[in-house]
Amino acid sequence: MPASPAAIEVDRLVKRYKTATAVDGISFTLPRGSITGLLGGNGAGKTTTIAMIMGLVTPTSGTVSVLGARMPDERYDVLQRMNFESPYVDLPMRLTVRQNLSVFAQLYAVEDIAGRIAAIAADLELTDLLDRPTGKLSAGQKTRVSLAKALLNRPNVLLLDEPTASLDPDTADWVRGRLERFRDTVGATVLLASHNMMEVERLCERVIIMKRGRIEDDDTPARLLERYGRDTLEDVFLDVARGRGHAAEASR
Amino acid sequence: MTSASLTRIGAMVRRYWYLLRSSWPRILDLIYWPTVQMLMWGFLQSYVASAGGGVFARAGGVFIGSVLLWDILFRGQLGFSISFLEEMYARNLGNLMISPLRPVEFIASLMIMSLVRLSIGMVPVTFLAIAFFDFNLWALGFALAAFFVNLILTSWSIGIFVSGVLLRNGMGAESLAWTIMFLFLPLTCVYYPVAVLPHWLQYVAWALPPTYVFEGMRALLIDHVFRADLMLEAFLFNAILFAGASIAFLLLLRSAREQGSLLQTGE
Repeated sequence: MPASPAAIEVDRLVKRYKTATAVDGISFTLPRGSITGLLGGNGAGKTTTIAMIMGLVTPTSGTVSVLGARMPDERYDVLQRMNFESPYVDLPMRLTVRQNLSVFAQLYAVEDIAGRIAAIAADLELTDLLDRPTGKLSAGQKTRVSLAKALLNRPNVLLLDEPTASLDPDTADWVRGRLERFRDTVGATVLLASHNMMEVERLCERVIIMKRGRIEDDDTPARLLERYGRDTLEDVFLDVARGRGHAAEASR
Repeated sequence: MTSASLTRIGAMVRRYWYLLRSSWPRILDLIYWPTVQMLMWGFLQSYVASAGGGVFARAGGVFIGSVLLWDILFRGQLGFSISFLEEMYARNLGNLMISPLRPVEFIASLMIMSLVRLSIGMVPVTFLAIAFFDFNLWALGFALAAFFVNLILTSWSIGIFVSGVLLRNGMGAESLAWTIMFLFLPLTCVYYPVAVLPHWLQYVAWALPPTYVFEGMRALLIDHVFRADLMLEAFLFNAILFAGASIAFLLLLRSAREQGSLLQTGE
């Protein structure tokens, strides 16, 4: 597998289902160690894009490469170095937190499983919950366990699909804090799909805005704010969603 | 990076074992129905034999033997499919599909769990058959091993195929996992000889590996002859069935990736 300077390369990616086009010819490249937000309303194509990056969905056309491996054909070359967290998948509820983490640690060939679980549990404040069934935890605690599973193998590429959806503001803020720490210490490539503009503004150095399967804009948060003449990414998002274009266009 | 990993297979077996031991109703369910079936057919056989039923008078264990072998076939497939369904109930399939776990490792772990569940459910029932009806399945010796291998291979093939359908079609296909094996009940002649079937249907019956096993069991219990030829033919058909089911699974998995149904495994 040739070494690639980019962590993720998406080239003219299209996903068509029988009655709809979910992703319509998008291209972007994420350098290693970058944190990028994927913004868009419901049905914009964010989850389908992430699913194609993970090799869960086969593109209709175009290509996706992760750490130099073409997805989904070469996925087993890189899946051990990737991970994923989403509120739309769960861990088995009857298993304890420790059992779940140890099963996934074994799947990802993590070394010193007991030590790694102890370390990540301490980091994510899960130590007291390790021997409780996962299904008996609160929503916030379950999110922390999912995050622990996603960080267990110290992934080079981490994909997060709305990691703070349905969490209360305090828990969501706690999760963002941990993601910031992960960003600052590990240097992994993170792609974060979210509806939460504040979250994206806080965590991401680059924002890709999608609408109806296409990329509407792609820049740093600061440049997007400047270009649209707005104070918050939420206003930028609304401008894009409602087709108002950016300030430069509007003034023409 | 392409070979199957015993470590990952072990991880999945551990996952299912944790689940099984955490729930006594799950364990009870494994034993309860085979026991009820064996007792019901055993008492029926005792009644028919005492009323002067010819074949049953000559071969005391035909009904009980049939029901025990049928349970190996049925419970083997169910043990495979239920473990797979647990992933869908738990919404854990997405986590597994983006992990390094390969399909062949996933299937291997489901096969092992099928054996584990079958052992928990069937072994006590075979001892109850000795206690209640003086029928010792274990006394069949090598023949039992040949019957078992052929039945479990069929059950795994059907389990693999059903898992592929579930991946492709989601929980809307769940009922298939519970009922598909009943199609085999009349066609594989569990409780009667193949000769009973209409001539044209006998061709269908002889295309199914379990038919050879049930005919072989009757030959052993009634005529006291071990039909190795039937077991070899069954094995040949099983090899074809297993290869076909594996190919179907991979095609259905590919189709599931194309249709985007691996993350959304609901109805």
